[in-house]
Amino acid sequence: MSKLEIKDLHIAIGEKKIVRGFSLTLNSGEIHAVMGPNGTGKSTLAKAIAGHPDYSITDGDVLLDGQSILAMEPDERARAGIFLAFQYPSEIPGVSIANFLRAAVQARMGEGEELDATGYYKRLYSKMDSLKIDRKFTSRSVNEGFSGGEKKRCEILQMAMLEPKFALMDETDSGLDIDALRIVSEGVNAMRGENFGALMITHYQRLLDYIVPDYVHVMYDGRIVKSGDKSLALELEAKGYDWVKNELASA
Amino acid sequence: MPEISETLETPDFIENPVAGIDQSRGDFTYDVDYEFDAGTGLTEQTVRYISSVKKEADWLLEFRLNALKKFQSMPLPTHWATKDLENINFDKIRYYLAQGQKPKRTWDEVPDDIKETFERLGIPEQERKFLAGVEAQFDSEAAYSNIKDIVSKQGVIFANSTEALREHPEIFRKFFGKVIPTGDNKFAALNSAVFSGGSFIYVPPGVKVAQPLQAYFRINAENFGQFERTLIICDEGSEVTYMEGCTAPKFSTSTLHSAVVELVALKGAKIQYITVQNWANNVFNLVTKRGVAHEEAEIKWIDCNIGSRLTMKYPGVVLKGRKARGEVISIALANDGQHQDTGAKMIHAADETTSNVISKSISVGQGRSTYRGLVHIPKHLKGCKNNTECDALLINTNSRTDTYPAITVRGDKNATQHEASVSKVSEDLIFYMQQRGLTEAQAMSLSVNGFINDLASQFPMEYSVELKRLIDLEMEGSVG
Repeated sequence: MSKLEIKDLHIAIGEKKIVRGFSLTLNSGEIHAVMGPNGTGKSTLAKAIAGHPDYSITDGDVLLDGQSILAMEPDERARAGIFLAFQYPSEIPGVSIANFLRAAVQARMGEGEELDATGYYKRLYSKMDSLKIDRKFTSRSVNEGFSGGEKKRCEILQMAMLEPKFALMDETDSGLDIDALRIVSEGVNAMRGENFGALMITHYQRLLDYIVPDYVHVMYDGRIVKSGDKSLALELEAKGYDWVKNELASA
Repeated sequence: MPEISETLETPDFIENPVAGIDQSRGDFTYDVDYEFDAGTGLTEQTVRYISSVKKEADWLLEFRLNALKKFQSMPLPTHWATKDLENINFDKIRYYLAQGQKPKRTWDEVPDDIKETFERLGIPEQERKFLAGVEAQFDSEAAYSNIKDIVSKQGVIFANSTEALREHPEIFRKFFGKVIPTGDNKFAALNSAVFSGGSFIYVPPGVKVAQPLQAYFRINAENFGQFERTLIICDEGSEVTYMEGCTAPKFSTSTLHSAVVELVALKGAKIQYITVQNWANNVFNLVTKRGVAHEEAEIKWIDCNIGSRLTMKYPGVVLKGRKARGEVISIALANDGQHQDTGAKMIHAADETTSNVISKSISVGQGRSTYRGLVHIPKHLKGCKNNTECDALLINTNSRTDTYPAITVRGDKNATQHEASVSKVSEDLIFYMQQRGLTEAQAMSLSVNGFINDLASQFPMEYSVELKRLIDLEMEGSVG
């Protein structure tokens, strides 16, 4: 059992304050959905927790199993068990998926430990098969020339291979057609269990039909303004974000 | 490494000289009892001394003396090349050193300290297995060699320059100094005056040498310039691959390496010449490499330049016979305080000749890479083709790259195409890779290796492994 605690987090890009007092606790086994209109700080939150250098955390803390991760480099946070599924994954020319993931898996092993190549490929192929990714993709450069849906599936493949404690999924559903959405969702659902927790950022209720969250939070103006169970997402879909804004204004 | 900054006379060029670069694998030197030493500085006496130690024929002494005159009369090419050349102090360089020992035949006969040198250079285990096939130059003379025995059964002559010119002048004299004339440039003239070491190879008609011939060159004595001379002649229909790798200990004063490599591919012959080098970052590496390809012959240069303070090298092919093919594939990595000034020359001199140039350069920190290309197709030829691609990768915002392509294609029966690109390793890409658990340095290394991947895959396996290791070493110190 692990715990990711986000405590009163304030995040700025340069002078501009984006996230203002975001608090949330994720336990292993839980899936939390964070919804909210554009520009409310959802992606900023995910990137800042992962340690992107452009985002400065001006107040608050993020604890993984009781330890603050804010002084850690992005790669240290990753190895500690935090995975960010990118909204716009980078292309890595000339570096094949197989080699990239191999380096990433190797990076999690101890000094002097050797990767078992046969076992690695076996695992890689089985994950690819379940995500319906052609095995030929192992030799293709990471994300280079991939369609939007292929990139997102590649993110889920990496997540499945690296087995993080917590995943931050930044609009994983954007750019996916219905078939791809189903495949990606199955991939995430396959990881659900007592050793995995996720924070899913999305605009649309649609994704939550496939990956049913334990909790739904509405984010507005840099913080959570409303929390509930999955029915909140349906209510939001029906009433729109203006409902939340109006509720806030009248409060 | 404070001693390096003291010796650089252009401190404005580097504020942070080679900070943190781990070249420790090359950072050692051994006490070697040099039996023959020509002292420092270059005069007619030096040249006569070298020639007499090598017991050379009169024509060769004349050749050297003539070259010395050319060297002394030619100016440095600073009207187009970097003024850093002016910092070479020719009076402080040792032009000849040798241990006075004959090349060894078997591994057991190689002195232990030399074996230890190879060991510390980190030559991979599987490559040590091939050491029986290595012509390894320890300082001026070949210290070890027995592949000759293997290839001599096929009639191949594989010897060092001194031995070849002394024992087989009838074969080598005809082409020696013909592909690259003495006065081609100031440094070719210098090499012609003081050369020692290097490999001379003759492959008889129709013989295809199965295993690549190899050589390791390194510099071992402070202030000691190395001037090896290589000449490879492939007779009609024959094939050979030659590989050279360089690692050098680090010195506190500048060192000059100035080699001349001449290739001759007669009708239908194929020569592939592969270089992976990693000079210490105080070395001036000024090398002239050129080949002549006769009818339907093929010459391919694969050239990888890492390290050195300044490298100037433009491998060329003169396409002399109909349907001859020339190719230059080059990778250059310039780190802080380093300038890689490299490129290619393709001289089309017959119909239906084709040439291909693919160059990739990487500039790290304040490193600078320059591409200079020359493609010449005169008006009277027809059916000639050239393809040139040069891609530059910048790692940091203060890295620098320049491209000077000179393509002269006359007449309307020839085709050429040229592509160039400059890209940068973005912060987002590094973050993406770090997010998967790779350190910043590992992420840099991987993206640089990815950039050159399509070229590196053309190297023989053990060389591409070594190349990757060299890039990892270079990138280790480039972040933070």
